[in-house]
Amino acid sequence: MKILLPALSPTMETGNIVKWLVKEGDEVLSGDILAEIETDKATMELESPDDGKIEKILVKEGSENISVNSEIALLTVEGEEIEEKIEKTIESAPPVIPNGSEKNIKEINISMSSLLKEQSDGMELKNWSEKEITMREALNQAIEEEMNLDKDVFLLGEEVAEYDGAYKVTQGLLDKFGSKRVLDTPISEHGFTGLAIGAAMSGLKPICEFMTFNFSMQAIDQIVNSAAKSLYMSGGEINVPIVFRGPNGAAARVGAQHSQCFISWFSHIPGLLVVAPSNARDAKGLLKSSIRNPNPVVFLEHELLYKEKSNVPEENDFLIPIGKANLIKEGSDVTIIGFSMSVQRILNALPSIEKLGIKPDIIDLRSIKPLDEDLIYKSVKKTNRVVIVEDGWGNTSFGSHLSYLIQSNCFDYLDSEIIKVSGKDVPMPYAENLEKLALPNTDEITSAVKKVSYTK
Amino acid sequence: MDKKTSNSFSNDQLLKFYEKMFLIRKFEEKAAQLYGAGKIGGFCHLYIGQEAVVIGILSSINSEDTVITAYRDHGHILARGVDPKLVMSELTGRKDGISKGKGGSMHMFSKANRFYGGHGIVGAQVPLGVGIGFAHKYRNEKKISRVYLGDGAMSNGQVFEAFNLASLWQLPVLFIIENNKYGMGTSIGRSAAGNDLFERATVFDIEGEKVDGMNFFTVSDAAIRARDYINNNSKPYIIEMDTYRFRGHSMSDPGLYRTKDEVNKMKEIDPVLMMKETLLKEFKIEEDTIKDIESNIKRQIKDVEKFSLESPLPDIKDLFTEVYL
Ligand SMILES: Cc1ncc(C[n+]2csc(CCOP(=O)(O)OP(=O)(O)O)c2C)c(N)n1
Ligand SMILES: [Mg+2]
Repeated sequence: MKILLPALSPTMETGNIVKWLVKEGDEVLSGDILAEIETDKATMELESPDDGKIEKILVKEGSENISVNSEIALLTVEGEEIEEKIEKTIESAPPVIPNGSEKNIKEINISMSSLLKEQSDGMELKNWSEKEITMREALNQAIEEEMNLDKDVFLLGEEVAEYDGAYKVTQGLLDKFGSKRVLDTPISEHGFTGLAIGAAMSGLKPICEFMTFNFSMQAIDQIVNSAAKSLYMSGGEINVPIVFRGPNGAAARVGAQHSQCFISWFSHIPGLLVVAPSNARDAKGLLKSSIRNPNPVVFLEHELLYKEKSNVPEENDFLIPIGKANLIKEGSDVTIIGFSMSVQRILNALPSIEKLGIKPDIIDLRSIKPLDEDLIYKSVKKTNRVVIVEDGWGNTSFGSHLSYLIQSNCFDYLDSEIIKVSGKDVPMPYAENLEKLALPNTDEITSAVKKVSYTK
Repeated sequence: MDKKTSNSFSNDQLLKFYEKMFLIRKFEEKAAQLYGAGKIGGFCHLYIGQEAVVIGILSSINSEDTVITAYRDHGHILARGVDPKLVMSELTGRKDGISKGKGGSMHMFSKANRFYGGHGIVGAQVPLGVGIGFAHKYRNEKKISRVYLGDGAMSNGQVFEAFNLASLWQLPVLFIIENNKYGMGTSIGRSAAGNDLFERATVFDIEGEKVDGMNFFTVSDAAIRARDYINNNSKPYIIEMDTYRFRGHSMSDPGLYRTKDEVNKMKEIDPVLMMKETLLKEFKIEEDTIKDIESNIKRQIKDVEKFSLESPLPDIKDLFTEVYL
């Protein structure tokens, strides 16, 4: 068997033989040190690949700049003939990067929505028996219904059980399902998030509540590295059916560490779905779909929307598919896009926009990932003008990406620059006046609409 | 070497365990060789020196039980019975790899063989493994989740959160610290304050012990004790295995943090050679029987090598599959 100069580091191309520690005729065992090799990084030891006898040393001690994979010695081992065949196989094995791969990759660039199994659609058209309830109640109903339907669904988080939820979203669930399925955790986000992901890997369907998403940063590694990537890096073997949920975004007067939006963070990660409803009806339908989804879903609620009411179907089979946006107001002049709390801000600005004689399409995205690109582009091709409103920081934000997508898919249809109204690039201040200024407001939204419409 | 185990395995069973240890050793040597030939890339952490740990634990495992570990996972997935061809093909990044070439050395999984990875972030597998234990209890399954971690991982915060949760919720989890004395180039003395590592779990009311991890029989004894303890008490347990890795941390480690003398001294208690010696001397097993087993494995490894180099590269379209289900 030929002993070749091995690559002793990922970057090594040549090496120097500092010293042979064996001589011709020596019997060696697999793992015995044969020589000292100097690499680009350090001096390393060359170990014998097998048991055998050193037949010949081909490259003398002190030789420099020997290329990796050069023959440096011969080793006699039992079953030599087979060895030779294998050496040929090694030599003829394909290189790590196949030729022409880049071209092929471009040809098969697949859109995000086609990666997901068909979502059940058309549910919204049915005649539901509806009741006006708050988003808080709607979320509670969604969890209760899904827990009734599937015993693998369980809920864990801080204060979710005996305290009835820090924001009362999980009120009464402990009484209904008991402490086996509704679990108060210690303040160990990293630990309980990892635990929930592990349970999901073995087939349970956890709903992992963060008291607020600010604290999900303690567990960001588990969400990004364990939940999002396991399916891919296991070649499809391990999926993680989990929902991470809780309030996200700016609350009221709670200061910099408790007031921020993480939509851009999570939507950056392949393998995560990201959902952010703006009203009670969507919240219920989307949370139910999220719990049933076999992928990890980051479900971003908003504290200031918990008390808002809308008509919500009471039936068990009411679902809103993930990945479908909602055109909540139809117009003709400009497309205004928002999600979660920013939809409310757009609606607040609507009277002053209409006063200008401008009729907007207002799109509530509902799902950030996957994104309902069809609905967005259809609207933009009609209105030719776009304003995006997001509460989060504008720097490298989801809104920035969305405006990139729009310009590259609707370039010929745009009659104006795209304007993004984002949160200011500062930590959230505490003072009431400053906090207001830090977030998108009616005036900013209205002036953005004016600007893209060239209206004075 | 501590010869006889209190748990009486038949000679055939012992030979099966020896065969697996030998398989792991030869597999890893082949991996080192293929890495040197440029056929395996990236990080590649070998298990050579620690084989008695995984096989000793294996002797106590029910096939339904689950296992999770970090990135030094080749020996672990082989111990669970996954075909070495699929494991080696993962190392060479081929289509037939156990993760279809998309995971690599550090990310291998097999649900059928109850092996849950294969995790690259130090410590992360510990809460995950506790979660698997949670699922066992939730479903009233009589299974134990075995969670391996390194001595380096024993200073990672989430591990203590996981200990607390496992004990608080009385989960069927066996924590196994593979104390090989180093986390990369940092010796245990430079990373961990206090006494034995397993004692760090005792504050969470988790019982445990320290065991000679170079000796199949001591490991096996402890593993069976631990299993029975968990089954009888419905509580987690922790074992600290005193072990050693003979090779570098990964393939590009010059090993300047330890002396040759130290390594050579540890090689005198090579777990594979020691088990063989015990089988010959204490169990009076014929030398030829063992030789046959060894040459079979050597032959098998050659097939494994060939297979892993002949398997095609993954299809280009697989770049985009399995991001979502
Ligand atoms: C959180 C994290 N930090 C750093 C690393 C880089 N790293 C990889 S292995 C390792 C040492 C771990 O040592 P130990 O837990 O003793 O395991 P061993 O390698 O000895 O099996 C480090 C620091 C990592 N993978 N994850
Ligand atoms: Mg270590």
